[in-house]
Amino acid sequence: MPSPHPPSLAQPATRFRFSHRQSLTMVFLCTLFGVAAQFLIKTSTSHAMFTASGRLSLTALLTNYPLWAGLTCYGASTLLLILALRDGELSLLYPVISLTYVWVVALSALVFHESLNAGKVVGVGLICGGVALLGMERNKR
Amino acid sequence: MKTPLVSILWVFLASFLGSFGAVFLKWGAGRLQRDWKTLLLNWRLGAGVAMYLISFVFYYMGLRQGELSILFPMVSLGYIWTLLWSRLFFGELLTRRKCVGLALIFCGLFVLNLGNR
Repeated sequence: MPSPHPPSLAQPATRFRFSHRQSLTMVFLCTLFGVAAQFLIKTSTSHAMFTASGRLSLTALLTNYPLWAGLTCYGASTLLLILALRDGELSLLYPVISLTYVWVVALSALVFHESLNAGKVVGVGLICGGVALLGMERNKR
Repeated sequence: MKTPLVSILWVFLASFLGSFGAVFLKWGAGRLQRDWKTLLLNWRLGAGVAMYLISFVFYYMGLRQGELSILFPMVSLGYIWTLLWSRLFFGELLTRRKCVGLALIFCGLFVLNLGNR
């Protein structure tokens, strides 16, 4: 079967690059893992980790499964962000990253029944705008 | 349920320490060479990771009481510190666009805390 790129052309080995769409997909998944991490970690705080004498219990820490699941999601989210940042443009990725704030506030209201008021909605909107603006800074290479 | 000031202070401290984590990582990364030993024997990178870990513990302490929808957006305070340190320690330019971005985040945090009721 003939190779689509015969080596006889002696092209320089091109560096592998993620496509635009791949970078955007990864950063979007990064926000989903990010919100999952926040939920698991918030859930894990209701798991008693201190003994009656106020000392940290190692067994309770190790059996705090939501905490470890949350930290794993944190890791996955960071890894996806690093991969997306490799080839993606910051001005496109930053607005997507700030979506994490939107997911967290929306799901806090839905799952933890936290209040959803104008202050939170406008505040998160302004923060997202600010983060997006920081990403639009042209970086000189 | 209102988020207590103690929780907000924990997250404030966490964002402050976390921003130094980034400073140490950047400082250490600038000294990396092709030799893998420069990655392992790099106390600056170690200090950066340690600060992120301590920052996480502080964030966790804050999260024990209060609302996630207030405390998590507070993490964006870290952007403000980071821009300040990159100007101070690495001499990066603080452009007008960055200043507007910072101002928006700052106003956002203020308005967000008005929603803490």
